[in-house]
Amino acid sequence: MTALTERMKDGLDAPICITWELTYSCNLSCVHCLSSSGRRDPKELTTEEAFRVVDELRNMQVFYVNIGGGEPMIRRDFFDIVEYATSSGVGVKFSTNGTYIDAATAQRLAAMDYLDIQISLDGADAATNDAIRGEGSYDTAMTAMRHLKDAGFGEFKISVVITRHNIAQLDEFKAIADQFGAQLRITRLRPSGRAVDTWEQLHPTLDQQRTLHQWLLGHGENVLTGDSFFHLNALGESLPGLNLCGAGRVVCLIDPIGDVYACPFVIHDEFLAGNVRGNGGFAAVWRTSDCFTELRGPQSAGACASCGSWDACQGGCMAAKFFTGLPLDGPDPECVGGDGEYALASAGAIPRPNGDHSKPVAVQLRRRSNV
Amino acid sequence: MLDSPLKLHPSVALRPEPFGALAYHYDNRRLIFLKHPSIVDVVKDLEQHPDLQSTLSAHGIDEQHWDNYDKAICSLIESDVVVAR
Repeated sequence: MTALTERMKDGLDAPICITWELTYSCNLSCVHCLSSSGRRDPKELTTEEAFRVVDELRNMQVFYVNIGGGEPMIRRDFFDIVEYATSSGVGVKFSTNGTYIDAATAQRLAAMDYLDIQISLDGADAATNDAIRGEGSYDTAMTAMRHLKDAGFGEFKISVVITRHNIAQLDEFKAIADQFGAQLRITRLRPSGRAVDTWEQLHPTLDQQRTLHQWLLGHGENVLTGDSFFHLNALGESLPGLNLCGAGRVVCLIDPIGDVYACPFVIHDEFLAGNVRGNGGFAAVWRTSDCFTELRGPQSAGACASCGSWDACQGGCMAAKFFTGLPLDGPDPECVGGDGEYALASAGAIPRPNGDHSKPVAVQLRRRSNV
Repeated sequence: MLDSPLKLHPSVALRPEPFGALAYHYDNRRLIFLKHPSIVDVVKDLEQHPDLQSTLSAHGIDEQHWDNYDKAICSLIESDVVVAR
C-alpha cells in the first residue's frame, strides 16, 4: 500500500470523482439498474438548483462529473446543465442508453468541449443485451454509436456491466469498441437497486472471475474499469488503478433529489450523508457529515484480518457486502478465496435500497370478447 | 532537463491536497498526482524562471536533490503536465 493510497483513505478536501444522477426517469427498465430508475421523482433538483451544484463543484475544483440517471438525456434542461458545467471548467462524462442520440444530436455533442460519453451495452449481441436491458435496446445503442462515429465525436466509451452471461464476450465487446473507435469500459455488477433481486442469478462465477482477471491483466490500461475489480487482486498480480474502496473518501453520489450518498451503489439511509439543499450545500456534506467522517476513519478487517490477501483486496466492495446481507468488516460476497460464498450461506436479511422508482409492470389490456 | 525552459501546460489545473496536488489535464482528461508539496511549488513557478535549475535554486532546493526533481519533472513532461516553452 503506497503512502498516497493511505492518504486517500483519510479522504480528500474535495472528491476526485462525483457521480451525479440527474433524474430517476428512464425509458428502459434494466434488470440490474443500480438506482431502480423508471419514474421521475417530483422532488428532483430544478435547473437553477443544478446550476448551484455546478458552482459548488467548480469552487471545490472538482474537475469532472459523471452524469447519469435514469436516462439523463430525458431532462429537458440536459444540455443547459451540461453546457453550464463544461463552461465552468467542470468536465462532463455522461452515461446514456443512446435513445436520444440521433444524427443531429450527435453533431451537437461532437461540437462540445470537455465532454465525454458512455453508451451502456450489456451484451455483444442483441439477445444477450436485451435480456438485461430490454427489447430493442441493443439496436438503439448501436445506432447511437454509429451516429457518434459519423459525427466525428472521437473516442467515446462503451460501458459494460459484467455478468455471468456476457463475460464470455469480452473479446467481442473489444471488437465492437474498436469498430467505432471507442474505448471499452467494463465494470463490476453490484447487488444495488433492482440488482438486489437479480444479482444472485447474474453475478459471474468464481471460475469466470479468474478468467476476467487474466483478461484484464492482458489488456492493461487500454480497457477502463473504474478500478471496480480490485477484489480480484487477491488472485495474485494486481490490476492497474486505485486499490481501495473510495466511498466517501474520493468518490460520492449526488442523486436526482440532491441526496448525497457515499457511492452510486449504496442508495440506503445507512450511507446517506446529507442533501445539497441543506445549509452549507454539498461542500458541508462532503467535509463535515458524520457518515463520511466515519468512512474515513480506520476500518477494521474483521473476519478478513487473518487472511493473507487482505493487503491485496482490502476486503472488497462495501456495497456488494451491504446488499447481500454480509457484515462490512468481512469478506466480499465474490471473494476469490471462496470465503464470500461461505459467508453468504449464513448472511443476514438483505436491506432494501431507498426509493424504488421502477415503472409499474405493464398489464396487457385485452378486449372483452363476450360483451 | 535542468537547463530547459519549461512551463505548466495551459490546459492543466492544479488542486492543492494534503499530499501535494491533483493535476487534471483538460485535453486528455487524465488525473495525475503530484506527491509532494514542494514539487507543486516548483511546477507552478517554472514559467517565472529561465530554466528548471534556476527555478530549483530560487526555491532554495539543495543541489544534491536536483536529480530527484529532474526525474519528477521528466515524468510530468511524459504525461504532458509540464511542457517546453
